[in-house]
Amino acid sequence: MQSTSTSGKNKPSLVPNPSILETIYYGVINLLDTVFSRIQSLVGIKGMAYLFVIPNLLIFGIFILLPMILNFGYAFTGGTRLFLEDRPYVGTRNIEQLFECEDLLDYRTCREDNFIRAIGNTAWFVVSQVSLMVIVSLLTALILNQRIVGRAFFRSVFFYPVLLSPIVVALMWNWILTENGIINAFLANFGIERIPFLTKEFWARSWVVLISVWSQMGFYTLILLAGLQSIPSDLYEAADIDGANVWNKFWGVTLPLLMPTMLVVLVLSLIRAVQVFDIVFAFTDGGPGTATLFIVQYIYDIGFRGDRIPGMAAAASLVMASALIILTIFQITLRSREGEF
Amino acid sequence: MSQVIDFLSNTKGRNRLSLSDILTYTYLLLGTFIMFGPVIWLVMSSFKPVTELNRFPPRLLPYQQTMIEVAGYDDPLPLWDVTLEDGSVQRMAEVSHFSVAYELIDPNNPTMEPETFRRNNLKIVEEVRFSFANYIDGVQSFDFFTYLTNSVIITVFATILTLLVNSMAAFSLSKYKYAGRDAFFIVMISTLMVPLSVILVPAFLVVQSVGWLDSLIGVIIPGAATPTGVFLLRQYMLTIPDELIDAARIDGASEWRIYAQVIIPLAAPALAVLTIFSVMWRWNDFLWPLIVLQSSDNYTLQVGLNAFRGDLQTQFHLILAMTVLTLLPITVVFAFLQKYITTGIATSGMK
Repeated sequence: MQSTSTSGKNKPSLVPNPSILETIYYGVINLLDTVFSRIQSLVGIKGMAYLFVIPNLLIFGIFILLPMILNFGYAFTGGTRLFLEDRPYVGTRNIEQLFECEDLLDYRTCREDNFIRAIGNTAWFVVSQVSLMVIVSLLTALILNQRIVGRAFFRSVFFYPVLLSPIVVALMWNWILTENGIINAFLANFGIERIPFLTKEFWARSWVVLISVWSQMGFYTLILLAGLQSIPSDLYEAADIDGANVWNKFWGVTLPLLMPTMLVVLVLSLIRAVQVFDIVFAFTDGGPGTATLFIVQYIYDIGFRGDRIPGMAAAASLVMASALIILTIFQITLRSREGEF
Repeated sequence: MSQVIDFLSNTKGRNRLSLSDILTYTYLLLGTFIMFGPVIWLVMSSFKPVTELNRFPPRLLPYQQTMIEVAGYDDPLPLWDVTLEDGSVQRMAEVSHFSVAYELIDPNNPTMEPETFRRNNLKIVEEVRFSFANYIDGVQSFDFFTYLTNSVIITVFATILTLLVNSMAAFSLSKYKYAGRDAFFIVMISTLMVPLSVILVPAFLVVQSVGWLDSLIGVIIPGAATPTGVFLLRQYMLTIPDELIDAARIDGASEWRIYAQVIIPLAAPALAVLTIFSVMWRWNDFLWPLIVLQSSDNYTLQVGLNAFRGDLQTQFHLILAMTVLTLLPITVVFAFLQKYITTGIATSGMK
């Protein structure tokens, strides 16, 4: 992304016979130019700078920033009404209720046992999913980076599931994992009894991690592969001359130079893992029991399903946002330390 | 023969298949199987009738009982292989059955009096047949074309809007100096990590107050000001030399013309990446449309499939077929554009 060079066809067009799309594009530009030139003569260049940023700022302000501020309003008010003016102020009671436990480490002793369980589940999910994701996508990227026949094909193969919507992925794996499904049929060849994968806690939790890695690893593989390909080959040649073996080259050249890309992958996958929702919603809907209930689904459940308690949902959002902010700070510190080298 | 083996075991520029080559290709083939296998299994299953879906162990191909046209009968009759008393096997067509007693006739002799056989003397005659029955029944209650239209409208308009407002903002933030610029940028970037899902309740309230509940516009606009897009485009535009802008100004171009005719064409690679991302986000978006869209006429494919799943808990054969329909459009697009998509994503990580 650092390169400023662009190919000839991207240059502002002076082509003798422009395509229809270009004709339309420049027609619209010229039309708007008469309007914007007049505005510019009124507000000046500085004014135009503001004008350009305003549409984005408006949408951002109304639909992201304003809800963030309103979220505090919900978090500190009670009741089940949606409009803020109907809601009585309760201070920090919502947040206190979320953490009201006899023993914080045992969700069963908590008032909001689902919330505490969701936090524990999410933490467990983030750790296991991100580590598996990084390992699998790094391994795949390393393999794709070798001299192989059909690299473009295999790259697409691993990327394909990324494009599938979470609902499709969940329903597909639901079907594969049913008691009469193909996995159980495969295991039956080895004399293994049919396993009810989706109703046993251990299996449901494991499969949630596995299918989310399955559906996302292609994305991180692509990014890591691009990182690997940007490592200059003369470094490997120099290592060869020094008599380094494959192992030495991996630890001495590949890994250190891949670190910035690894960091991008780590942070992106961490953030996505904390926000995990739709795939699990359609796959297990948090079950069996609350074994795969994660924090965003807790917020959705309490805010939009059943009794609808917006204050609790907003309080839980606050807790989650703080976790995300900590992750962001963590990323910024890591990145700036990276910059010192 | 040995030449053939030599040829096959030759890898590019090297001598023989080494152990590491074998491991590499084993991994890749296994990976291909794991990545594509589930989809192929889903597609195959969607062509199977319920009886075949309930079969354990399942079979890969969609088998169905062979049916045969017999003179004198309106509908085709199912075929069976009958083991006769002398041990020979004869192929016969079923006229009717009650419990385990089957009335069969010889299809070549349709006028014969049907004979009765017990079920355990019969063996089913099957053939591979891709039946669209699940699809035909499914679309009775799964309004595929409405959902598809809504998904396409949302994806296309949201992407255009995102490209437009994000690129204008990125242009402003990267090429002008004015009071508040850095503040805008920092506030926007600091929400990179905070998705709509975290502020569900208040975002819902805002959309409701604006009157966009249960409308496509309520899905399109709120997500258009993506911090990721602004960040991506701004970083790219910073690398475009300011001299170009100065030159255009000297030539009398307005700021708008500089944006549309100088910056946008030069930022095309970054815009392409954002287009890919935006299409992926919007097409697969689920939680936000789920909350905003309430009447089934406005459902997107993902929300529609989710509702369909809830309506028909037990009718998995229909759900399978509709899941295949839902994954079809993006698969076709990917098949044609895979090279651009994978290269585009790969470059985005390098920022």
